Amino acid sequence: MKTFKLGGVHPKGNKLSSDKAIKAIGLPKTATISLIQSLGAPPEPVVAKGDKVKVGQLIAKGNAFISSNIHASVSGTVSKIEDTLEASGYRKKCIVIDVEGDEWLETIDKKPNIKLEIQLKKEEIIAKIKEAGIVGLGGATFPTQVKLMIPEGKKAECLIINGVECEPYLTSDHRIMLERGEELIVGVRILMKAIGVDKAFIGIENNKADAIKYLSKLAKNNLGITVVPLKVKYPQGGEKQLIKAITNREVPSGKLPIEVGCVVQNVGTAIAVYEAVQKNKPLFERVVTVTGKSVKNPCNLLARIGTPISMLIEEAGGIPEDTQKVINGGPMMGKSINSIDIYVVKGMSGLLMMPEKESKRVTPSNCIRCAQCTFICPMGLNPYLISQMTETQNEAMAEKERVMDCMECGSCSYTCPAARPLLDNIRVAKNKVGQIIRTRAK
Amino acid sequence: MANLLTISGSPHIQSDNTTKKIMWGVVTALVPTMLVSFWYFGLSAIILTLTSVAACVLFEYLVTKYLLKQASTITDGSAVITGILLALNVPSNLPVWMLIIGALVAIGVAKMTYGGLGKNPFNPALVGRVFMLISFPVNMTSWPLPMVNRTVLADAITGPTSLGIIKEGIAKGDTVDKLMSHVPNYLDMLIGNMGGSLGEVSAIAIIIGGLFMLFRKIITWHIPFTFILTVFLFTGILYYADPTKYIDPVFHLLAGGLMLGAIFMATDMVTSPMSKSGMLVFGFGCGILTVLIRVWGAYPEGVSFAILIMNALVPLINKGFKSKKFGEVIKNG
Repeated sequence: MKTFKLGGVHPKGNKLSSDKAIKAIGLPKTATISLIQSLGAPPEPVVAKGDKVKVGQLIAKGNAFISSNIHASVSGTVSKIEDTLEASGYRKKCIVIDVEGDEWLETIDKKPNIKLEIQLKKEEIIAKIKEAGIVGLGGATFPTQVKLMIPEGKKAECLIINGVECEPYLTSDHRIMLERGEELIVGVRILMKAIGVDKAFIGIENNKADAIKYLSKLAKNNLGITVVPLKVKYPQGGEKQLIKAITNREVPSGKLPIEVGCVVQNVGTAIAVYEAVQKNKPLFERVVTVTGKSVKNPCNLLARIGTPISMLIEEAGGIPEDTQKVINGGPMMGKSINSIDIYVVKGMSGLLMMPEKESKRVTPSNCIRCAQCTFICPMGLNPYLISQMTETQNEAMAEKERVMDCMECGSCSYTCPAARPLLDNIRVAKNKVGQIIRTRAK
Repeated sequence: MANLLTISGSPHIQSDNTTKKIMWGVVTALVPTMLVSFWYFGLSAIILTLTSVAACVLFEYLVTKYLLKQASTITDGSAVITGILLALNVPSNLPVWMLIIGALVAIGVAKMTYGGLGKNPFNPALVGRVFMLISFPVNMTSWPLPMVNRTVLADAITGPTSLGIIKEGIAKGDTVDKLMSHVPNYLDMLIGNMGGSLGEVSAIAIIIGGLFMLFRKIITWHIPFTFILTVFLFTGILYYADPTKYIDPVFHLLAGGLMLGAIFMATDMVTSPMSKSGMLVFGFGCGILTVLIRVWGAYPEGVSFAILIMNALVPLINKGFKSKKFGEVIKNG
């Protein structure tokens, strides 16, 4: 079975909610929609206080090249546009809508049938995706249309669909593959058309045997789509690792996947693409895994963007007594949040509640030079060395050590027997080196 | 739910591997070798091992508490390893006070002056051993025979090691054939029925410990394998060139401290390189130096010196031999 070769770790899966079907939770009383929903420039609001909006209506428009539209996830009246604490942990501009009913734009096709035939042309598909405000739903939230525009001189050879979900605890992609396989396949075909390739691979780790089996069956009648079972190893869902695992190609340092002819999209994104292109439905809801060892009812919830996360936690049986840390995302790459008074965003793949005894960090001791961090780094870096450079305030030296290749997967800190804060120090170095690179560019 | 949530950077989980687990794993791996030494050298081996461990742990405790004024680190198990290795590197009739001085040098000088576990450039047990070898050359090179001395503490029946017999004999002009009748046969050498340091005698016990550490992923094969292979090939070439002047490679593998050195001392993670290619270079260097010293040097045994010299080169090796980075390929196939 395939996997990437260099490095990798095996954290416990803890997929507590993998057999829980996706459940749509009810509408919130108000939806608080942050303008920070994607990487790149935040979009400009196109509604004002007092405006009536319908579900799916554009409320903020992304004008920059790397920017993404935002649509109303509920119907009602815009009551405020103001700075509010949101998922990033900062106070950012949010559009608050008081919910009245659930009135969708007429243009959205709400019929449950699956539309197989793709009528739009390549450029129209990309325009549609851009209009629908679709971003990478794996967590990185990069505007999808940008990834689909192949730069001049480059050629896409294959599409890779990321169904790896290597983060422990998270199960939203797993459930999407099981429950919405047919739509997923159409979404994949749309993406193939958009980048002009006749080959697509769906990479799935073999801890999701049911998804592999089901999608393989569906892919059989769709020429060009192959399901690739992968050996479980973190961080296989990293773009470069997944490309290596499936095609054995290595994306050169500092380059994008298109350099080796690949475009990678997450399964959730492919579903959003299906909905946008076939059903005219913009991205205004997503599946969030709500989980944790003490959580009463770990589950996968379909929630509108802007829903308070307290509603999701309530649905999962309330916040456990021993909770000391709440994480937006998985335990390896997710961000711990300082308050549960935040709202669902497009990049929220999971909410993980960690009990007190797992929330505290182990006190670090001396590096024993065991070299485990260098063995497991999937980018082949020397985490101990970069960390040392930070500690001695020689971060600038880290550029030569390729610190910018680090994707912050956390395998080094996870593995370190001395519990050194390796990734923390590497982030400091990345920040510094990033500044140096930007100054140099000027 | 707590009133204030904890905030920290990712990752939020930690593998269950710890420094303590690694160090106590090494101690476990040393158990077979210790038991063999107790079997062959009896009471004196037990006394030396206990003294050495106690002295190393005590010195580390005293230094951290009164000189460095830091939290004690003795529970991490690394001082215990140094203590055991130090004892395994001395003859069974070594006076206890000499061993205590060795422990003071190993822990006090070679380890704690640099900042304790992880900071020392040289293997502490080897520094302690070489210090004793230079300071007490007579006591450190008279080797009680196994079995016969099990209950004797002083005035043991001693003899030179196999490597010593060969080296002196060749220097006097004897041929290898003639000298071979004076050294133990290979089976005895394999199981440890020969004179030597406490822990140098049984290759099998050491290899069992090595396999355990490989299985627990405490060490990788790179250093011990290249170290032993280099010694085997180098002495093999010499033997092939002139079997009357050079002894065969199997003898070199089983005699002296090669197995103990290659498996337990050269693999010390603190003092060995951080990349796999670097480890191969390190093992190769250890092997070459060991043979050079054994065959042409002033001492019959060269493992300790070879490892210490290579320890000194580790920073350089780390600079020159880094792990392969992802995305370095220029062409994709």
